[in-house]
Amino acid sequence: MVQEDQVLDARGLNCPLPILRTKKALGELTSGQVLKIVATDPGAVKDFEAFAKQTKNPLLEHAEAAGEFIFFIQKA
Amino acid sequence: MDEKKLAIVATKGTLDWGYPPFILASTAAALGYSVEIFFTFYGLQLLKKDLSHLRVSPLGNPAMPMPIPMPTLMMVLPGMEGMATSMMKSKMKAKGVASLDELRELCVEAEVRMIACQMTVDLFEFDTADFIDGIELGGAAAFFEFAGESDITLFI
Repeated sequence: MVQEDQVLDARGLNCPLPILRTKKALGELTSGQVLKIVATDPGAVKDFEAFAKQTKNPLLEHAEAAGEFIFFIQKA
Repeated sequence: MDEKKLAIVATKGTLDWGYPPFILASTAAALGYSVEIFFTFYGLQLLKKDLSHLRVSPLGNPAMPMPIPMPTLMMVLPGMEGMATSMMKSKMKAKGVASLDELRELCVEAEVRMIACQMTVDLFEFDTADFIDGIELGGAAAFFEFAGESDITLFI
């Protein structure tokens, strides 16, 4: 399991807020640090893959449990 | 890596149609795009400091989901527009959809450039003092200066 440096609670938020909050939270991290995001928006899975690809911040891992989507993104 | 650019023309001033320009602009900015929005005609309403006047109309909008089916003629009755507007606002809140104010604020924070069309500002006698800070005034040529170099151009 990846170890996070910071957690972002994006539960209950809908598109595009989880992505926008993630962008902001990543801005506060230093290169190599990992942000864990917890979201409930089912559209987030595709969005986070697309976000990671386009911003070149690697999506290290993602999982789904009990209606929650968990992402680990590393700041490039 | 060259910075990508997104140019948007925002022409509509209803609560529902106010969303696409601000959602796409804020998201593109988060993805690293440089973004410009050109507000013209009714889209100028989206620049007012106070956005509480924006409405959604069920009239002439047969695709709008209603709690019970209603004949079109009823949509002209007083109070229908207010009802549709408050219905949409409460639904958005319940579903965790951002308010227009919040999305616009995120665009401002992300340095999305916003240009108000000078011709329509004059035509509708908008007072630019009612607009949020940082709005530039310009014409069609000003839009093309940015749009001509953009990777994506959207008319909304």
